[in-house]
Amino acid sequence: MPINLIGVEPLYKELNHNTTLSLVRFLLQGGVLMNTGIRSKLAKPVDLKNLREMLKDRLDPKKQRLVVCGDTGCSVCGSRELAPAIEEVLQERGLAGSVELKVTGCLGFCEKGPLVLVFPGAVFYQQVQAEDAAEIVEKTVLRGEIVDRLLYTDPADGRKITCAYDIPFYKLQTRTLLETGWYINPLDIDDYIARGGYAALAKVLDGMPPEAVIAEIKEADLRGRGGAGFPTGLKWEFCRAAAGNEKYILCNADEGDPGAFMDRSLLEGNPHAVLEGIIIAAYAVGAKEGIIYIRIEYPTAVLKIEQAVRQARELGLLGKNILGSGFDFEVIISKGAGAFVCGEETALIRAAEGKVGEPRQKPPFPANAGFRGMPTVINNVETFVNVPLIINRGAAAYHETGTESSGGTKIFCLVGKINNSGLVEVPFGTTLRQIIFGIGGGIKNGKRFKAVQTGGPSGGCLPEEMLDLKVDFKDLAQAGSIMGSGGMIVMDEDTCVVDLARYFLQFLKSESCGKCFSCRVGIQRMLEIYDRLTTGSASIEDLDLLEELAVTVKDTSMCGLGQTSANPVLSTLRYFRDEYLAHVRDKRCPAGVCRSLFRYSIDQDSCIGCGSCAEQCHAGAIVEMEEGCYSINPELCTRCGACVEACVSDAITKG
Amino acid sequence: MKIVVQMTLNGLRIDVDEGMTILEAARFYGMNIPTLCYLEGLSPYGACRLCLVEIGMPGQSKLVTSCTYRVEEGLVVRTDSEWVIKRRKMLIELYLATCPSSKVIQDLASKYHVTTVRFTPWHEDCILCGLCVRMCAEQMQGKAIGFAHRGSNRRVTTPFDKESEVCRLCGGCMYVCPACQSRCQGPQEEQPVCNACLNLQQPCLDYFEDKMCFMDPCVACELDANREVKAKRRP
Ligand SMILES: Cc1cc2nc3c(=O)[nH]c(=O)nc-3n(C[C@H](O)[C@H](O)[C@H](O)COP(=O)(O)O)c2cc1C
Ligand code: SF4
Ligand code: SF4
Ligand code: SF4
Ligand code: FES
Repeated sequence: MPINLIGVEPLYKELNHNTTLSLVRFLLQGGVLMNTGIRSKLAKPVDLKNLREMLKDRLDPKKQRLVVCGDTGCSVCGSRELAPAIEEVLQERGLAGSVELKVTGCLGFCEKGPLVLVFPGAVFYQQVQAEDAAEIVEKTVLRGEIVDRLLYTDPADGRKITCAYDIPFYKLQTRTLLETGWYINPLDIDDYIARGGYAALAKVLDGMPPEAVIAEIKEADLRGRGGAGFPTGLKWEFCRAAAGNEKYILCNADEGDPGAFMDRSLLEGNPHAVLEGIIIAAYAVGAKEGIIYIRIEYPTAVLKIEQAVRQARELGLLGKNILGSGFDFEVIISKGAGAFVCGEETALIRAAEGKVGEPRQKPPFPANAGFRGMPTVINNVETFVNVPLIINRGAAAYHETGTESSGGTKIFCLVGKINNSGLVEVPFGTTLRQIIFGIGGGIKNGKRFKAVQTGGPSGGCLPEEMLDLKVDFKDLAQAGSIMGSGGMIVMDEDTCVVDLARYFLQFLKSESCGKCFSCRVGIQRMLEIYDRLTTGSASIEDLDLLEELAVTVKDTSMCGLGQTSANPVLSTLRYFRDEYLAHVRDKRCPAGVCRSLFRYSIDQDSCIGCGSCAEQCHAGAIVEMEEGCYSINPELCTRCGACVEACVSDAITKG
Repeated sequence: MKIVVQMTLNGLRIDVDEGMTILEAARFYGMNIPTLCYLEGLSPYGACRLCLVEIGMPGQSKLVTSCTYRVEEGLVVRTDSEWVIKRRKMLIELYLATCPSSKVIQDLASKYHVTTVRFTPWHEDCILCGLCVRMCAEQMQGKAIGFAHRGSNRRVTTPFDKESEVCRLCGGCMYVCPACQSRCQGPQEEQPVCNACLNLQQPCLDYFEDKMCFMDPCVACELDANREVKAKRRP
């Protein structure tokens, strides 16, 4: 496959990161077609149509295609070696011209990576390694046979499933935003255009007045996916109406929640969709300049969006007089040094201006006074990806999915103690139970479900009773949690909620900007109480104090970080009070996590006196009292649990 | 020409100039709101959170800091509602625990009848109100000091913790600091809370959603140390 280095060279120049380098090399070795050389600009909407017509054969459903997931999860599990191996096999068999190899963004089912899809038929192979390359090409590509051992087995009935769409994990989802990622090479604008990319932009520029675009977005009830869920159409309308002849579009790609990677996946898997959404937004509000604020910790996403911007500019989809409409728009990419608080919109604006990333009091809202004091629309990556979809399908068709107040689908990062962790997309209004037990396949190792935390570090923990809650901005808030940007961390019975709340507070303690006294000191004081709780020195009054403190921080802090930092505390106090009481009254940690509140001891009846526990103990806490009789000194024991693993006869108990 | 907006302050309809903050408007009309990080002549900063007031109609109201919130037509503000007082008292308790040696903070505690501290005293000498930073930059044209780090590590310092070449040792920063004025030697000087001036607290026995009394500090009533704040709403 021809590799044209134009457009690739600049990528190399910016590399200083080892993994990025190998990733790009891997993408290259995978035979990815980069730019096809210097391109002429698309001067009119019809030029775009013609180009799409020219690229039509890329859509041929009969064409044989191998799709390899190139996202972080699969790369570290081996897809980095897998793609070149497949490429080599294809070359050897002389198939390089007829069979297409695509390295894409995240395919979603990270739990089973590295993933390979074979088209036609969407044959799904899991945990594929470089050694399997020859067999896949040999059997599936050449002879249409299935490699049985690489198929997914449904744990429910032990049945092997061939087609990706039949796997419950995918079948139960509504993958509208993520679907395109299966078919396109994120580094190639032509792939996106072939699949209808930039058609929405052409439609908008070809005779849709900005007001009509805003009306369409409003009718679709698109709500911001970055956390607060503010109606996007309304935001655009405010910005359009605001006084000022210089307006800006800001794309919030700062994704800082631990365990969340929706925005990264979209940027890595389908960067042009983000860009198209941004350009349409700019047209709707009358902005001439846009900024994509992205964290530097996402080197691959940075690389891909930079490539996307470059390619779009080359085709005249960015710059002066876009598609002959007289509309000018440019995008710059601003790289932030990843701070959670910089995701907050006012802090992000300051950071993009080159100032310290600290939130400021609203109002004035960014729609009136944002970047450089000018009216600014700031939206999340996923919000922008929804925009072309709404324009293409029409608001009414788009709104067929979702609930009355929120149209469309939402991407969640399902992680934690769950069987099928990965990226899932469901309509608003899907219940937590459907997501966790249907798509997620339930809890790992047959354990009991305990809680799910939605919305990142400042979300709330919801218990089993709330599993039938419909996932929606309003319902989640009523239950004491938030939608956040879509993190979903599932916990099993071995998780201590007191320890958990403490963990999140610790994160927020160092991520708060520290300006508000209430947020900075309140979080530290809550942590002091948690220290007492987890060491068994808390009193019953401490629980009331904790609650009073939490609501104070919530009510009196300036930005969303402080205001939501109390959620993990208040929601666990509300739903798991018994567990707190166990820590306070009985000095006991029911889940056996808080190290000061349990002890390991050796059950002398089961102990066979082998001494392997004593060998493993790094603290020297296990001593042989008399011949073949071991015991643990609780003073020295650090509760690491190494002895439990070492014991051959399960004689060591926790209690 | 000045534009005048109409708003409601503690139940009173008042006219104020557009562009004023709630704090300025309230002070103009004689309602005191406690502050730690605000000083006339310096830009508002919104860090101490003490100046919070309740805005909006009951049921949909929220707390905002009055020093940074600008007046709007039809705004309804309560400077001393039950909600405000409760949260403010908790903040004062936190301040006491952070900086028990500050007279400004001890006075606030007495005024708001904060008599216990349920946290371990830290004995810090800075509450990060940022007055010194703004004083230096905005009045002394020094820009010698600023904030470094974030979250619990945030502190005021010179760039890279090096001795400043631009500081003129004018002392402006120390002059405005609420934390480094040492407290008076009350009867309980060892305690995190002094409360020697408890009679500065508003002594009204009744509690109203809208503040009723303009005397601040109040000198009309006698001290009743055992009294609890009673909630009593006007019809
Ligand atoms: C502490 C904090 C962190 C945030 N982090 C993000 C983030 O990483 N990405 C994001 O899109 N929005 C984040 N937000 C929400 C933004 O402030 C803002 O609401 C959002 O970008 C608006 O876009 P939307 O309307 O499309 O959701 C964060 C908010 C807070 C308070
Ligand atoms: S609430 Fe916390 S993070 Fe937000 S501005 Fe205040 S101190 Fe900073
Ligand atoms: S003494 Fe130095 S740091 Fe303080 S206000 Fe004056 S110039 Fe600034
Ligand atoms: S040193 Fe004093 S004035 Fe400066 S921030 Fe700290 S408390 Fe405020
Ligand atoms: S005076 Fe308003 S927050 Fe400090």
